[in-house]
Amino acid sequence: MAMAETTDMETETKGIGEYLKAHLREYGLLFALIAIMAFFQIVTGGTLLRAVNITNLLLQNSYIIIMALGMLVVIVSGNIDLSVGSVMGFIGALAAVMIVNYEINTYLTILVCLVCGTLIGAAQGYWVAYWKIPSFIVTLAGMLVFRGLSLWLLEGQSVGPFPKEFQVLANGFVPDLFPASIGESLAPIFDARKVNVLALCTGLVAAFVIVWMGMRKRARNRAYGIVDEPRSFFIARNAIVGLALIFIMFKLSTFRGLPNVLITMGVLTIIYAFITEKTTLGRRIYALGGNEKAAKLSGIKTERLTFLSFANMGLLAAAAGLVFAARLNTATPKAGFALELDVIAAVFIGGASMSGGVGKIVGAVVGAFLMGVLNNGMSIMGIGIDYQQMIKGLVLLAAVIFDVYNKSKQG
Amino acid sequence: MSALLEMRSITKTFPGVKALDEVNLTVKEGEIHALVGENGAGKSTLMKVLSGVYPAGSYDGEIHYDGQLAEFGDIADSERRGIIIIHQELALVPLLSIAENLFLGNELTKGGIIDWQGTFKRTEELLKKVGLSEAPTTLVDKLGVGKQQLVEIAKALSKEVRLLILDEPTAALSEADSQALLNLMLELKSHGVTSIIISHKLNEVRRVADSVTVIRDGTTVSTMDAKTQPITEDAIVRDMVGRDMAHRYPDRERRAGDMLLEVTDWNVWHSEHVERQVIKNAAFNVRAGEVVGIAGLMGSGRTELAMSLFGRSYGRNISGSVAIKGQPADVSSVPKAIDAGLAYVTEDRKSLGLILEETIQRNITLANLPGVSSGGILNENEETEVSEKYRNAMNIRTPSVFQKVMNLSGGNQQKVVLSKWLFAQPDVLILDEPTRGIDVGAKFEIYGIINDLSAQGKGVLMISSEMPELLGMCDRIYVMNEGALVGELTAEEASQERIMSLIVTE
Repeated sequence: MAMAETTDMETETKGIGEYLKAHLREYGLLFALIAIMAFFQIVTGGTLLRAVNITNLLLQNSYIIIMALGMLVVIVSGNIDLSVGSVMGFIGALAAVMIVNYEINTYLTILVCLVCGTLIGAAQGYWVAYWKIPSFIVTLAGMLVFRGLSLWLLEGQSVGPFPKEFQVLANGFVPDLFPASIGESLAPIFDARKVNVLALCTGLVAAFVIVWMGMRKRARNRAYGIVDEPRSFFIARNAIVGLALIFIMFKLSTFRGLPNVLITMGVLTIIYAFITEKTTLGRRIYALGGNEKAAKLSGIKTERLTFLSFANMGLLAAAAGLVFAARLNTATPKAGFALELDVIAAVFIGGASMSGGVGKIVGAVVGAFLMGVLNNGMSIMGIGIDYQQMIKGLVLLAAVIFDVYNKSKQG
Repeated sequence: MSALLEMRSITKTFPGVKALDEVNLTVKEGEIHALVGENGAGKSTLMKVLSGVYPAGSYDGEIHYDGQLAEFGDIADSERRGIIIIHQELALVPLLSIAENLFLGNELTKGGIIDWQGTFKRTEELLKKVGLSEAPTTLVDKLGVGKQQLVEIAKALSKEVRLLILDEPTAALSEADSQALLNLMLELKSHGVTSIIISHKLNEVRRVADSVTVIRDGTTVSTMDAKTQPITEDAIVRDMVGRDMAHRYPDRERRAGDMLLEVTDWNVWHSEHVERQVIKNAAFNVRAGEVVGIAGLMGSGRTELAMSLFGRSYGRNISGSVAIKGQPADVSSVPKAIDAGLAYVTEDRKSLGLILEETIQRNITLANLPGVSSGGILNENEETEVSEKYRNAMNIRTPSVFQKVMNLSGGNQQKVVLSKWLFAQPDVLILDEPTRGIDVGAKFEIYGIINDLSAQGKGVLMISSEMPELLGMCDRIYVMNEGALVGELTAEEASQERIMSLIVTE
């Protein structure tokens, strides 16, 4: 046992290199995103970061990000959900049939759809949690069933268009709460036609909050003597993230302002990051995925948690379905086809582990953005769907190989 | 009779532990040789050296087999020479047929295609030899453990075995199956097969063995030959135990207080084999400040007893009553058991006790998250303070509580598990093999922690395969055999001989 004792001690001597090695994954993801954005920004001659394209990018990926939040929870707890694409399509179809064909109140429809999605998730979770049927099988069945159900519901047709109050779910923008005069007086400074002050302020506040929270955490770590991120890294990372946020928000402010979807996404991301990192519920989910038997013997109700993770996934798939239908302004039988793969890929690119217990909400969101930028950039460049698929596949493989290699090196 | 096998001065060390120290073993051609010793004495390690699991070069000493120096690189090497080992955990594929299992990896083929006719014919011959009348196409899954054991032996015979090693072959068998197996061993002997049998059941050893080698603490204590002197159980037990026990256990003050845990009529059936009763009418109690031991061999049902009690984590059709502090307690689920004041420290800390990928801090607070949160929101500062407290109290050697548990040594991992359960504030702790796989120094520390707990008025129920540990630590010892508590000894009455004799006299 003498050998084991020395390894306990060895970890104490850690330099910057050691720190970087241990956190290579997080930095790697951030750098990859920056590198890819820079690449496409240059190759597309600046199109990528134009205000209209950034807005598009957010709208295009909103439903993937919304579902990635739920998928991260499912994957962290040690399962997988293959049905989300179909469920999303089905809920979109349900909304279309209710609103367009039966002229039911929009808000009631939204409520019914969200409840319905939760029930679908719960039904699948029931078999996984209490009957121990592998989630792969249950949700593969769900994928087929709900694909079939949306076809049946829509009778193979596209149903639309939706009324205005439904469309704003995806295509609406938050009106500038500040007087227009402020925006107009700011516009010449930035050499823009107009400036949405709300968007600009949101960006500044968000950047400030992120830096402030990072500093608080750093202070706490120091107080407890945790091996901490080197100062230069901390400053660089926060500067990049903060400035990027401000930059994006500034761009948005010169176009139509904050998309509704961005608010939805942002709020959901904060809620889920909070739940997974700061609550007992989140901690228990990580424990469940890390070692189900040990978690169970520690008094954690593992079945209930698994059940809830699927119900939650259903809820988010429904939300994504509504956004998707609203964005296209029509429900089609093909909606959400194969989208579960993009969602799952985003979560794994974001650093989650197939075996459960590892992964972060922020990682999944960045992973989804990375995929989104790839899609968007390649589309602008006019690269065919064939190459796009291949490149996305290779990126996913590279990310996971990187994970495994990193882990084996840490031993 | 000449010696078929001679193992000379075998020494095998693992990091920090000398598992075998100059062990000698001589097995004569055509005899049944019994290898006995306590759990952890080194029997299995010795057999792993012999069969090549630990290849030549990883140990010191020489193995002479069939007149020449043998240096086996792996199991395939030793099997080629006719040395076949049948482990306690059977190595059969449950969903394949008997015939498929017998020739697994060794299939009879014609031009690369399996010769089923030949396979079935050979299988029938082999099954006849071991006295099985099952069809070759029967799935192994459908056989009881006794018959599976016979299939294993048939498999060994298919490989032209010269030296058959059986590791506790009757541990999981019924009386009738055990007799059949022992008869088969005698039968094989008459056909010239040499065997080594590892067994705890001394009556069986006496019945079939021509000679007995006793191993204790990794050294050969004695070898007895039935021809020169009759082998008695007393003589074997005397050699198996009897070591200096002084100063291996910290002194403790004995004081039994109020009744904490009282279990009566506890019955449990096997999780999978529904007809098998694993715990039979167990009744026991633990008082405040007491350390109560449960002695018994592996497979006697100690862990099953503990886990079934702790929120029905094992078994089915569980019945019986539990009272904690004199009040009937509901322990039907793990959360309820924890609320009732129980804690269970598992024998398998890596797969049941810890989340290896998580930090020390997150492991320590896992069983009592409400203790470091309010309204479901974690207070990370409080969490860190709590884990720092236990890190100091338990002397967990680590630079910080944010280390992953994976990076700790066995002893420190065990301290993390203990911390987790202490933070859950139990009245009674069930410790299942609390010092398994831990070096001597850390063991002493764990004993100290156990004594502190009892001094605080907690009740400790301690399961251990190491009898000296029970004798050194416990105020009372229950002896368990085949699912039943067959005796209760006070610290004064208890001795290894008394415990052993309660176990072996069935």
